[in-house]
Amino acid sequence: MTTLHELAQRLLVLDDRITDCMKCGMCQAVCPMFGATGMEADVARGKLALIDNLAHEMLKDPAAVAEKLGRCLLCGSCQAACPPGVKIMEIFMEAREIVNEFLGLHPVKKMIFRTLLAKPELFNFAIRVGAPMQGLMFKKSGDAQGTVCAPFLNFMLGDRHIHPLAKTPIHTRYGVIDEPRGSGGIKVAFFPGCVGDKMYTDMTEACLKVLRYHKVAVFMPAGLTCCGIPALSSGDVKGMLLQLRANIQALRNGDYDYVLSPCGSCTATIKEFWPRYALRLGTQEKSIIEGIAAKAMDINAFLVDVLKVEAAQPSNDAISVTYHDSCHLKKSLGVAAQPRIIIQANPAYKLTEMAEADRCCGCGGSFNLFHYDYSRKIGQRKRDNVVASGARIVAAGCPACMMQLEDVLSHNQDAVRVKHTVELYAESLH
Amino acid sequence: MASQALIKDFEELLGKENVFSSEADRMSYSYDSAVLPPVMPSLVIRPTTREQLSACVKKLYENGIPMTVRGSGTNLSGGTIPDKSDTVVILTTGLNRILEINTNDLYAVVEPGVITAQFAAAVEKQGLFYPPDPGSQAVSTLAGNIAENAGGLRGLKYGVTKDYVMGVEFIDATGATVKSGSRTVKCVTGYNLAGLITQSEGTLGIISEAVLKLVPPPKATRACMAVFADMQDAADAVAGIIAAHVVPCTLEFLDNNTIIRVDDYTKAGLPREAGAILLIEVDGHPAQVEDDAAAVEKVLKENKATAVHIPKDAAEKFKLWEARRAALPVLARCRPTTVLEDATVPRSQIPAMVKAVNDIAAKYRLEVGTFGHAGDGNLHPTFLCDKRDKDEFSRVEAAIDEMFDVAIKLKGTLSGEHGIGTAKAKWMEKETSRGTILFSQRLRRALDPKGLLNSTKLVGI
Repeated sequence: MTTLHELAQRLLVLDDRITDCMKCGMCQAVCPMFGATGMEADVARGKLALIDNLAHEMLKDPAAVAEKLGRCLLCGSCQAACPPGVKIMEIFMEAREIVNEFLGLHPVKKMIFRTLLAKPELFNFAIRVGAPMQGLMFKKSGDAQGTVCAPFLNFMLGDRHIHPLAKTPIHTRYGVIDEPRGSGGIKVAFFPGCVGDKMYTDMTEACLKVLRYHKVAVFMPAGLTCCGIPALSSGDVKGMLLQLRANIQALRNGDYDYVLSPCGSCTATIKEFWPRYALRLGTQEKSIIEGIAAKAMDINAFLVDVLKVEAAQPSNDAISVTYHDSCHLKKSLGVAAQPRIIIQANPAYKLTEMAEADRCCGCGGSFNLFHYDYSRKIGQRKRDNVVASGARIVAAGCPACMMQLEDVLSHNQDAVRVKHTVELYAESLH
Repeated sequence: MASQALIKDFEELLGKENVFSSEADRMSYSYDSAVLPPVMPSLVIRPTTREQLSACVKKLYENGIPMTVRGSGTNLSGGTIPDKSDTVVILTTGLNRILEINTNDLYAVVEPGVITAQFAAAVEKQGLFYPPDPGSQAVSTLAGNIAENAGGLRGLKYGVTKDYVMGVEFIDATGATVKSGSRTVKCVTGYNLAGLITQSEGTLGIISEAVLKLVPPPKATRACMAVFADMQDAADAVAGIIAAHVVPCTLEFLDNNTIIRVDDYTKAGLPREAGAILLIEVDGHPAQVEDDAAAVEKVLKENKATAVHIPKDAAEKFKLWEARRAALPVLARCRPTTVLEDATVPRSQIPAMVKAVNDIAAKYRLEVGTFGHAGDGNLHPTFLCDKRDKDEFSRVEAAIDEMFDVAIKLKGTLSGEHGIGTAKAKWMEKETSRGTILFSQRLRRALDPKGLLNSTKLVGI
């Protein structure tokens, strides 16, 4: 693929799906990026028109289209609200792949996606070396969320307030877990996700505690790595497939009924993107991957739908908690009621809804890395809604959202703390 | 693309973040919701104050540069597609403040780019009601609604956008500020220019501020759904409801084609044999709502309704109305291209019009579904096609030509609420007269001597 004509020809595979867009513009109402900039090229209708024009050689600037495609959180809000049901996420992912293949992937991204994230032992080594060093570079932000910041690294990290890396990641603490089925009879494969393994380890510990309490046997093999969504979002399918192969290697021989993750994005990726890209690894892999994907489930949904955890009567002095709907949980997986039940399963908490609970928080994974200014702007609207709810805690079902919520709340010096829903439930179990 | 000097001037005036000159950005303002070819503008600018808006227009006028004003770009008649490649698009979305909601005098003052649904919600918060509810209200702008005289579901009882415009301020083609109307119910100071600018589709001026009427919200509502074997029975029922002196706030219908497709998609168990479904809602004082609902039920039964469903609570009502909400999305999913029309006839002619639409579609071998506002005769015949199939699309165009002939013959109109733009300009004379076109063109030329404002829209200039 060296000429613009060849690029256009490849993009034509999207033609049938792009034509479904009736240009009604309803995506403007829900798009967080459009909400921040008001620019038509930032909303799905505009991006679809640009891809279409590149495919029909009306536009001859693939770099400009790539830049516009990158200005998207892939939150799926537009697709969930799209009247004619355009498969927007699918189109964007494939267009990113085709355009980035033409333009070439940035060498840093190539190194991260194809080497670091595809080889868990290397990734783990880097973190093991890095975590003890963070004390030298980062200092406490002095906020209620317990984040750290690195003023002298601002040129690189921006003014981010981030959750510190765990001293010992989960996989180092536990090694391989492969428990025999207990009296509950259920066994799950547990996929902590990168952030759950290395950063929000309290959240992961809470998940393991809850599973133990409910007598659910856990399988957590060695060799699990990134779910692949960052690579895929950057159009690096090759990198994503390398990661998928490593994950399949780790998961293929386990005996389990469900694959659980506390991360909405990981779960959505396993359930939706793994099978979609599986055929590229071969027919045998495809059937294995489809089997795993069919078992993938959000941990909140598992607790409520399978284990039948119910909401409790809140105590008189219950602390008010507001809930943020992560995009991948609600818009991809349709999980919205269960996390709310999990919060209320602990009588020490009562649920207070915020306005626009299902509006994207602005993290968007790697979007945050490349568009931190917009990410903060979008996050500010979420922060305002959180604070206006009067809740003392904001809970979410995705650690990426938790990172974003901590960052914006910390910058506003708010006292609201950020928790995973399962952490709140785990507190009530002894 | 516009000249570098012009771009620089606008950047100085508006700030770089409000001037879009790259090819990719300009391309994203080359279309709207109409199924028409795109035209890329030379520049897109987004003033954020009234003074900036006026300065922008003045500058463009002085340079003889054509302008197209645009809100959210959701109109269905091509009104916001640039006329030429040297057109500059002026966005109103940077002017999006609600300036006042007056609960004592029942009005609101808004900037042009306020989003309709957000405005309606803000008004509701103050205990008042802004009734116009066009289908695009979640994203449409108020000035866009005024410039198109947008309708919606509540037209029969509450009227359309023009019934809520008390006053406007607009920038004329030369950049001068024009004011008309006021915050008072009565105002006869000068020409009714607010009436003139309403429905003018960006051809006479650019709205910079509007005073909108608000009303007290109804205290109670009651909804029901009725099924009919035949469209004629449904039309008789509609006539019967009006004859009984009940004016429902919504009176919607779905034809058989639409019912079948919605049922295929939602598996909601709709009556697939039905010729039509009517969805009716009455509102007002609780006692009157009670009486009206009883009268409606009686009329429905007298007019051969095969079933009448009355929801017990809000959740059940939500479910009943699902069929209407799903109509357009479901039709839109059937085929790649959706051509949504809005031919409107006197309400007694709905059966004749629906039959004509179906006959015409059969003649041209096309798929069509019709739903719409039975109370005000506003139909939405929705042609399902693939615009990439040139033969099929030319049959759609021929079918629409014929459909408008029928609408005019039935003493109806080309467009109930979507506007003329460029999409329907060629039929205007047929519905009106040669004199109407000439009068309108003379009016335009007098107000816009250089012919810069949306020059190809409506009657042209």
